[in-house]
Amino acid sequence: MAAFLGLFRRDLSLALRQGGDTGLVLGFFVLAVILFPFGVGPEPEVLQRIGAGIIWVAALLAALLSLDRLFEADYRDGELDLLTLSNLPLELAVLAKCAAHWVATGLPLALTSPFLALLVDLDPGAIAILFVSLLVGTPALSLIGSVAAALSLGARRQGVVLSLLVLPLYIPPLIFGAGAVEASAVDGGARAYLLILCAISLAALAFCPWASAAALRQALE
Amino acid sequence: MTEPARDLVAEALACRRGERLVFAGLSFRLSAGGALLLTGTNGSGKTSLLRVLATFIRPAEGRLIWGARPVEAEGAAYRAQLDFVGHQDGVKPGLTPREVLAFWVALRGIERSRVPRLVEAALAAFALDGVADWPCRWLSAGQRRRIALARLVAAPASMWLLDEPTSALDHENQSRLERAIAEHRASGGRVVVASHSPIDLGVVAATLTLDAFALPPDYAIAG
Repeated sequence: MAAFLGLFRRDLSLALRQGGDTGLVLGFFVLAVILFPFGVGPEPEVLQRIGAGIIWVAALLAALLSLDRLFEADYRDGELDLLTLSNLPLELAVLAKCAAHWVATGLPLALTSPFLALLVDLDPGAIAILFVSLLVGTPALSLIGSVAAALSLGARRQGVVLSLLVLPLYIPPLIFGAGAVEASAVDGGARAYLLILCAISLAALAFCPWASAAALRQALE
Repeated sequence: MTEPARDLVAEALACRRGERLVFAGLSFRLSAGGALLLTGTNGSGKTSLLRVLATFIRPAEGRLIWGARPVEAEGAAYRAQLDFVGHQDGVKPGLTPREVLAFWVALRGIERSRVPRLVEAALAAFALDGVADWPCRWLSAGQRRRIALARLVAAPASMWLLDEPTSALDHENQSRLERAIAEHRASGGRVVVASHSPIDLGVVAATLTLDAFALPPDYAIAG
């Protein structure tokens, strides 16, 4: 447990300290959402209809932006070797890193989303659903992303390979996340979407650490 | 030191990198307090052998036995008694030496109350006290290497695997390392060192020259 918390704390402080990941991800998220009205025009009806989708897509891309750093730094400076020799099974080490990644990126994305939702003129009910959908959906982004990040370690253009691997896998959370907001127009309609989103995150929690750890062991050879 | 009594025995190890067997038929026995010096030309497989011993690479042939059982069967118990210092120092530019060492001690599952004392001792062993709270990005290559070596002292394990540990070290710090190795061996620990610069490992250190286990370049790999 001490090892798990140690790794979680270190990754979190690295993400927050270097002014790096969290700031960068949030900056990208805000800018990407702001760009859309320039492209599709400022009509409130249009923005209201596509707003949730825009915010979810921007959140996916922002999360993607930080994924290549998940294992890459440890891989390059040799700390991944040390991680496998620690008391922590590699699966739990992956979980600790994903948890830190989520707190440093997914959580801030969810917390910022209500302000961005105001920009695209969502009504208060929809804003609440959007916030909840990001809150329960972003853990899946970190976990699924960890598999792709581990698989693409050592690839020549890691960022590109990573995007190609991970974006198709992000389609289910996107469908149910944006769908939840759309369904919230109907009374109680969002519930089923949010539950499925929770299920996706839980399934990712059960499966992804194993897959990532296997990919990391391969990368160490 | 956990169970220093078990011997590590390598039986006819072979290692494959890509399409090439870097060495084959390599055997040795390492007992408590023993030291093994790996020498050989560049590319003769010193690093590969160390990574096989650290279980990062599975040997293409042969067996690695710890005590009475193969290393794969022991898994985490075998890895828990290893310390590995590779080519890279595993030092994050944004952290301070004190944080790097405290993190490693925590990773080894040592309870929190003991961490500060162990870290202080490790910093002192490689004279890092003065820079303990600087971000590592300000440190020289030699200082970073000393942080990597200080890990050995911070969370002691019974077998040290050191890959070119003296690179970037000055004369004085090489003596510190040699002293640490001598103390480690005196308390029953084992070391395997790959190095092509002279290093004093003390008495009864066996030397293994890996070129002797190399295969002719046209050697065909079965399977």
